[in-house]
Amino acid sequence: MGSASGGTAGGTTSALLGAVAFSCAVATFGASPIDGFDFPDAAAAERYQALLSEFRCPKCLNESLASSGAPIAVDLRRTVRRLMAAGAADDEIRAHLRARYGDFVLYDPPLRPGTWLLWFSPLALAGVAVAVLARAGFRRRGTALTGAEHERVVRLLDRNP
Amino acid sequence: MSRLQRLLPVAAFGVLAGILYLGFTLRDPKLLPSALVGHPFPEFDLPTLGAPPGRATRADLVGEVRLVNVWATWCPTCLAEHGELARIRREAGMSIIGVNYKDDPADARAWLSRHGDPYDFNVVDAAGDLGVDLGVYGAPETFLVDAGGTIRYKRVGEVDRRVWDEEIAPLLAQLGAAGDG
Repeated sequence: MGSASGGTAGGTTSALLGAVAFSCAVATFGASPIDGFDFPDAAAAERYQALLSEFRCPKCLNESLASSGAPIAVDLRRTVRRLMAAGAADDEIRAHLRARYGDFVLYDPPLRPGTWLLWFSPLALAGVAVAVLARAGFRRRGTALTGAEHERVVRLLDRNP
Repeated sequence: MSRLQRLLPVAAFGVLAGILYLGFTLRDPKLLPSALVGHPFPEFDLPTLGAPPGRATRADLVGEVRLVNVWATWCPTCLAEHGELARIRREAGMSIIGVNYKDDPADARAWLSRHGDPYDFNVVDAAGDLGVDLGVYGAPETFLVDAGGTIRYKRVGEVDRRVWDEEIAPLLAQLGAAGDG
């Protein structure tokens, strides 16, 4: 007890600090290794996390493999670990899952004819928007008043001072 | 206002309506297109569910057109489609291999003796590794595998009479072999 000399108040404070430190440690731990798996080094654990966040859980539509508790996500995480342990490169792991579950498992789908609509439709929409705005801009610049129109505007404005 | 400009909102509406209409024609968004159709059935070496458990590999599967049905006792839809699988076995003479997926073998054996066993044999995929190799993300899933061991078709969800009549049977006719039926 380092705080024994500080009396009761000091002891309470350090206990409190200890509790906070402990819960932070638990929170950090809870956020990273899923399925209670230990990696040989921190780099491997980091690589594992990075890979998992690239894959979508096939069962749950909008959850990554890293965050999903679905049984299939557990199986796929085990598969990723097995491939990592076998020395597979990141690309090989991506290809392995994609061969089985299709582009759907990748949050960053590859560019190929089937995904052109997905990749290029935002660009096309932006192009349409630019074209419409440009047209509107040109038109506004082209609407200078003729002399007669200008006189009429002045007349109308003068009528109600 | 030019005519083009007046048509612009109508055109925009038309495009939007078209896209939304296409949305209606999509099937269940949870259905993933299968990446494995046209590819060889994966290698496996797993225990069988038989009374004295043996082992089965991919070699036991090739040589005949078969259905491979991924099922489990915890899967209510599997029970719902069980009658249709029995009918397919009985009436079409189709060979059906079961993959007992993430299940307890004793439960599975009891389930089969209670509800009938349409399978030629079952392999026990307790960990789900064959499931991963098959791109399985839920049970039931059913694969049509040709005599050469290539996956020709995959059904996610129940195989019912409609799926058989409209999807599997026509494919079998194309393959030119429907077991002995």
